[in-house]
Amino acid sequence: MLFQPAASGNVPASVRPRYFSAFDLFAFAVVFGLLAMFTHGTDQALIPISEMEKVPISLDPWSLPEYALRTTLRMLAAIVASLIFTFIYGAIAAKSRRAEMVLIPILDILQSVPVLGFLSFTVLFFMGLFPGQVLGVEFAAVFAIFTSQAWNMTFSFYQSLKTLPRDLEEVSSSFRLTGWQRFWRLEVPFSMPGLVWNTMMSMSGGWFFVVASEAITVGSTTITLPGIGAYVSTAITDRNLTAVAWSVLAMLVIILIYDQLLFRPLVAWAEKFRFETSAGGPPPKSWVLDLVKRAHLFQLVLAPIGFLMRTLGRMPLRLPVSVPKPVGEAWSSRTMDRVWMVLISLGCLYSIWLIVDFVASEVKLPEVFNVLWLGFLTLIRVAVLIFLASLVWVPIGVWIGLRPKVATAVQPLAQFLAAFPANIIFPFAVVAIVHFNADPNIWLSPLMILGTQWYILFNVIAGASAFPTDMREAAASFHIKGWHWWTKVILPGVFPYYVTGALTASGGSWNAAIVAEVASWGNTTLRADGLGSYIADATTAGDYPRITLGIAVMSLYVIAFNRTLWRPMFSFAARRLRLD
Amino acid sequence: MLDTTTPMLQVNHVVQSYRKGDNNRILVLDDVSLSMKEGEIVGLLGRSGSGKSTLLRLISGLNAPFAGDVSWYGKKVQGPEPGISMVFQTFALFPWLTVRQNVEIGLEALGIEAGERRKRAEQAIDLIGLGGFESAYPKELSGGMRQRVGFARALVVHPRLMLMDEPFSALDVLTAETLRTDIIDLWMEGQLPIKSILIVTHNIEEAVLMCDRVLIFTSNPGRVGFEMPINLPHPRDRQAPEFRDLVEEIYARMTNRQGPGAPLHIDALHHAEVTLTTHLTPISTNILAGLLEELADPPYNGKADLPELADSLHLPADELFPVAEALATLRFADLVGGDILITDAGRQFVNAEVEPRKKLFAKQLLSQVPLAAHIRKVLDERPSHKAPWSRFADELEDHMSEDFAEESLRAVVNWGRYGEVFTYDEQTRQFSLDDQD
Repeated sequence: MLFQPAASGNVPASVRPRYFSAFDLFAFAVVFGLLAMFTHGTDQALIPISEMEKVPISLDPWSLPEYALRTTLRMLAAIVASLIFTFIYGAIAAKSRRAEMVLIPILDILQSVPVLGFLSFTVLFFMGLFPGQVLGVEFAAVFAIFTSQAWNMTFSFYQSLKTLPRDLEEVSSSFRLTGWQRFWRLEVPFSMPGLVWNTMMSMSGGWFFVVASEAITVGSTTITLPGIGAYVSTAITDRNLTAVAWSVLAMLVIILIYDQLLFRPLVAWAEKFRFETSAGGPPPKSWVLDLVKRAHLFQLVLAPIGFLMRTLGRMPLRLPVSVPKPVGEAWSSRTMDRVWMVLISLGCLYSIWLIVDFVASEVKLPEVFNVLWLGFLTLIRVAVLIFLASLVWVPIGVWIGLRPKVATAVQPLAQFLAAFPANIIFPFAVVAIVHFNADPNIWLSPLMILGTQWYILFNVIAGASAFPTDMREAAASFHIKGWHWWTKVILPGVFPYYVTGALTASGGSWNAAIVAEVASWGNTTLRADGLGSYIADATTAGDYPRITLGIAVMSLYVIAFNRTLWRPMFSFAARRLRLD
Repeated sequence: MLDTTTPMLQVNHVVQSYRKGDNNRILVLDDVSLSMKEGEIVGLLGRSGSGKSTLLRLISGLNAPFAGDVSWYGKKVQGPEPGISMVFQTFALFPWLTVRQNVEIGLEALGIEAGERRKRAEQAIDLIGLGGFESAYPKELSGGMRQRVGFARALVVHPRLMLMDEPFSALDVLTAETLRTDIIDLWMEGQLPIKSILIVTHNIEEAVLMCDRVLIFTSNPGRVGFEMPINLPHPRDRQAPEFRDLVEEIYARMTNRQGPGAPLHIDALHHAEVTLTTHLTPISTNILAGLLEELADPPYNGKADLPELADSLHLPADELFPVAEALATLRFADLVGGDILITDAGRQFVNAEVEPRKKLFAKQLLSQVPLAAHIRKVLDERPSHKAPWSRFADELEDHMSEDFAEESLRAVVNWGRYGEVFTYDEQTRQFSLDDQD
């Protein structure tokens, strides 16, 4: 029999001897430290803006830990919001055919829209909700991060719900589980590994936005929320390179802590929800998770929460009224489908009319063409940069991926670099450009890909590591070398991974254009012609019709780029280059 | 054992089909009726594509029939019935739940409180021989143990009828045999909290071993072709002559081209006509050649008993049938009353070298498989000597399901490539003539 003894983590806590271990001491410190930090970080969100402005951002490195904490809490709040949004939006999209027709295309577009462009709208909106209160600005910042994280998490959840194993669905219906039970016992657990992975990816994208959203100027108002982003922007205004260096260090530390304390344990834990019943590679490990399992104190703290969650999930809740059959049939009839289609089309036309009307109030047709041209310039930048980054990182990634020892050392570093908000390092580049008097139209461009190129690297490494050994051996035994080896053996092998990486990188670069095409250092401002700088300028000027136009055009470009280039490459990779 | 005549389950003229295009429907089940009473084990025996799993899902209330109805103790089934539970071929265990949690899940839906739930789960787990494994996760268990969890989960809700969808087919031979014997023993001892069992299977011996009654299904669309009572006393002995006779008869009926219900002609050769829209199963030419060679060589010398051949090749019946049938379609062999006989063409094929084999194969393909001949003709007639896949797929889909059309075309692509009758480019999804390249 293939039975293996259960891992120690599966032994119920009640059978273990209870003694106080060194782990407990550590656990105690961590739990209460976090609690204290949390209270401190949140109580300042409730003061009026005027209070906050009395305390300017301090460039003293010792204030960095507090700023870092504030930034981190914003990230956490955004993740929680994204998760709730994901569960609701994803579930509705997956369960209602008609909602799906509308919700999924919207999600697809939201994914491609440059989030940073929204910032001005949302800041205004949330400040209107909480006039004169810091809370409104905090909400706006959290919302900005949320918009950078939620979409791919929702997509992942939706796709999991769409690919639920049929037999498990049948078990659930044949035992007549209620919708509530089904959601917590089947749907959420099944989507857990994908969701955790996507949350992690979202998080690494989110650092970029948190930095960008903590110091924002909309028209006449400039808002700085205490946090690392505000620290950096103050350092830029003060031309203080040392402070920038300190913030880089602080950011490195935060990302590292986040990764170790939150995501590694989550990934290791989510492994139990993996659906494949046979084990693939070595399961992910996390010292924190081991610690949590070993420390009784953690068990004591977590047990009631776990019990509550399980009991809630088991409750046979169902809708209080059941829909009468004739109503249900009429509702799902084809006539209702047509009515629905008409409603959607009308809503769609109305929105387009709204946008055109709003933009046309301020902007004339020649400017629209000009914006299209600027968009083309940015498109060229993105395309050239992705191409160059691929030329550099694909060979390096392959080299690394084929050497398991190097790969295990480098892979976390590449993922780490992808999470690092490149906008923190922009000042160094700007100083260099100013110093050498270089052309900003060319030399600002690399900043767009500074933070996003790592997606290409770590995906290619993953692809090369997964390349089957027997195929490498076959290639070697037939003396396939050089150019032939690259084009016939390894490039087709890593292509599916490369496409994923390049797609993420290009999406990130479009977003980065908004902060990278205009960069300043003290009073010096460098500007590259492009759609990014157009949107950035319009934001600074508080010119909403132009912001709308800029975002709309950029979204169009991103969608067109995705549809004409990445999607065909994806389907080609899925069709021809799968290795299974 | 109980021997009442209470009609428990009644399936009345059930038709199941699905929509294809606007006014076209593909039949999966055609006018199927059956009834079950308490105290019996009934087997649904058929090949893949005969709709028996579909029927099981109609009975359990997971799906609703297109026409006809299913009634459960006289009441029409409108959704999953509490008195019916199901064991799945794929086990269908929740990988994130432990054995106990998996077993309890059906009780949770009934809203049974925790203490009672645990007690009943414990009983079911012990009954099925899983005691000690309560806190293990499915990943840690072997296939046989996993399916035991599947059984415990189905039993714990105390159903009246237990449906089994090929419960042993994902297990290796030894494990399957052990589990099967355990289930039969528990059933005979009256320890199972159920009244009847309905089992879907493609394994002929399994059906004869377990069932009181076997319904043989025809394929495409599924119909009840023949009903056979199995009146052997338990425990049944696989080697007993009566047992072998029943297995032999079922083999003959399942390969009978006139349908399982038709009289079994032992002497006369009957060839059901292969038409343009006959469903073909894609069978690799290597397997066809392998089976022909096995058949031509001693001990068979050209004539073999199908159950015997299946045994010696270690092939389950439902894998042997399509191969044997493909050979019959290509007229390399004949199927007669549960036997397979090599034809002259088959002998020539076995004795030939690589190139002549291909020529012979091409000849049989073009003369015996109208779909292949049709594709070749279209390619010959077109000036470009090219034709897209969709041209033929659309034509077939007027008469069969999309999956069957796909399978038939795959079969012809594979055979046509081997016989060098035409080529097919997967990238452009185009058929073309070989010399055109």
